[in-house]
Amino acid sequence: MTTSRRGPDPLPATSEAGHPPGSYLEVADSPEFEALRRTFRRFVFPMSALFLAWYLLYVLLSNYAKDFMSTEVFGNVHLGLIIGLLQFVSTFAITTVYARWADRRFDPAAAELARRVHLEAIHPADGPLGGGLR
Amino acid sequence: MRPTLLAAEDLGEPAVNILIFAGFVVVTLVIVLRVSRRRAGASEFYAGGRNFTGPQNGVALAGDYLSAASFLGIAGAVALYGYDGFLYSIGFLVAWLVALLLVAELLRNTGRFTMADVLSFRLAQRPVRAAAGLSTLIVTLFYLLAQMAGAGGLVALLLGVDTKAGQGLVIAIVGVLMLAYVLVGGMRGTTWVQIIKAGLLIVGAAVMVVWVLSKYSFNISDLLGASVDKAGAKGSKLLDPGAQYGKSSLTKLDFLSLGLALVLGTAGLPHVLMRFYTVPSAKEARRSVVWAIWLIGIFYLFTLVLGFGAGALVGPKAIASAPGKANSAAPLLAYELGGTVLLGVIAAVAFATILAVVAGLTITASASFAHDVYNNVIKHGQVTGEGEVRVARVTAVVIGVIAIFGGILANGQNVAFLVALAFAIAASANLPTILFSLFWRRFNTRGALWSIYGGLTSCLVLIIFSPVVSGKPADPVTGKSASMITDPSVDFHWFGLDNPGIVTIPLSFLLAIVGTLSSRGSSTPEKAAEMEVRSLTGAGAEQASAAH
Repeated sequence: MTTSRRGPDPLPATSEAGHPPGSYLEVADSPEFEALRRTFRRFVFPMSALFLAWYLLYVLLSNYAKDFMSTEVFGNVHLGLIIGLLQFVSTFAITTVYARWADRRFDPAAAELARRVHLEAIHPADGPLGGGLR
Repeated sequence: MRPTLLAAEDLGEPAVNILIFAGFVVVTLVIVLRVSRRRAGASEFYAGGRNFTGPQNGVALAGDYLSAASFLGIAGAVALYGYDGFLYSIGFLVAWLVALLLVAELLRNTGRFTMADVLSFRLAQRPVRAAAGLSTLIVTLFYLLAQMAGAGGLVALLLGVDTKAGQGLVIAIVGVLMLAYVLVGGMRGTTWVQIIKAGLLIVGAAVMVVWVLSKYSFNISDLLGASVDKAGAKGSKLLDPGAQYGKSSLTKLDFLSLGLALVLGTAGLPHVLMRFYTVPSAKEARRSVVWAIWLIGIFYLFTLVLGFGAGALVGPKAIASAPGKANSAAPLLAYELGGTVLLGVIAAVAFATILAVVAGLTITASASFAHDVYNNVIKHGQVTGEGEVRVARVTAVVIGVIAIFGGILANGQNVAFLVALAFAIAASANLPTILFSLFWRRFNTRGALWSIYGGLTSCLVLIIFSPVVSGKPADPVTGKSASMITDPSVDFHWFGLDNPGIVTIPLSFLLAIVGTLSSRGSSTPEKAAEMEVRSLTGAGAEQASAAH
């Protein structure tokens, strides 16, 4: 980025907590970053819990519910095979849902905050921490 | 079943196999020479200049992951144990969601070259790097050994080389070729080799899948039925869980342990993590995982058909008595379907797989030694990028030599199973520290060190004293034990499970928590804020070198 001046909304000289604008500390304390972090965690944590629980259920069923898994569905295809294949389906589905969510909801907000840090990096004299970019 | 299948020297035409493989080597070497840069700096040698696209890196990730263990090991396990072999592939696949949701993008945003970059970002640099470097080396060497063990079995089967000395020579040639890729091509060359290899592997497997299914008029149920019939008395067990792990409550626990290690191991594998640095941004890292998941998932569906196909057309008896045992199921199936030529193609692809995966592992290990241990721990980060790359090249040669000798020694072990141990170590020693340093602000140096060393030590100790190393009952026919030490009179095992994951993974997470809470130390607010902001937003992330 070769912007020679700040973005359209000049930041205050110091944030509420007294950190220089555009420093990692200031960005980390900002409500925008808090919101971004919350959005991210609210998506990935429940999703991770979901797929891990579903996988664990499958492993436990294979281990301790053999009769159930051996139920014939059609021909030589048993329930265990179907549930195993459903693990593939759920993995593909979660992958697709996450990628869409991240592209649409997460990336724009993250890029905006990254811009804030980068802008400061171009004006290191503005703060004692120099934006924290090494 | 053709009776000739039982004799190694009668299977296919070694000259054809060698010729097709030589063709692959020549083509890939030319490509590596063309893409490689002279006077490669650190970012070029370790990360291929960071300008691969997401889809390119996704194919390369699939290439790294679809190792000999996936192709030969899983197909063989399905052929012999039916459903229980399938379970491996599910764990291997679901594991990618951990990498996708929790690790890949954040790692790309914070690190530069190695896994330890992220782990030591806001903690005490030297001790954490030393620990992470050590666990990188150990996981990578385990994985390397698994690949080379597969090479030995393949050599016996495909080249008709029966003497140990002859097999050793071929393993040595594989090692030397691999070093040529790494030293000449660095990460860029290795990535292209992975891409070509992954393409060949997936296309080759797809051809065989269609071929197998066409024999059963594309009716899965008929294919399953045929493999049950071929297996004889024990055949009906193939369709349900338990053929391999259902014998006792101990083996069931072992299966649970394996399942845990598989699903949590991938996101802690250093050679997988290092691939995320070859793309220019977190968004491309995400795209590469999406591509990898689709390719790997489809490939595992193929191995299911190939495994049951090998069971139905070749038969478990012929597979188990072939040189290379379970690992030879896929090549035997290729011979049964398409004769000498298809066997030659599949054999060449399998060799290419081993070659490419070993090259990727070697780069990872040498990068970790040069960047983490040599530069940052021993030389306090004073070495230039060029100096580091010189050390990495020397390390690569040392690792190549270790791989060759390890491969000669590990000849004959089931590779899927050896890889499972590497996964257990990765999940215990690496994953807790990766997750906590990314998601828990309070996490500190003591927590990281306890978790890495605790996970590593507990894994290694439990493996050494497990039935894997000694004490499996003797085979009534050969009188040899199935453990690494084949003499049944040597037995010093006291841990009952083959895979230590169920003990070591929770232990390592616990150690990370207890270590952190018992120490007042924590990262400075500046460092913690920097890591948090960088990991989520990508501010300050390493940029790609100028495009060519």
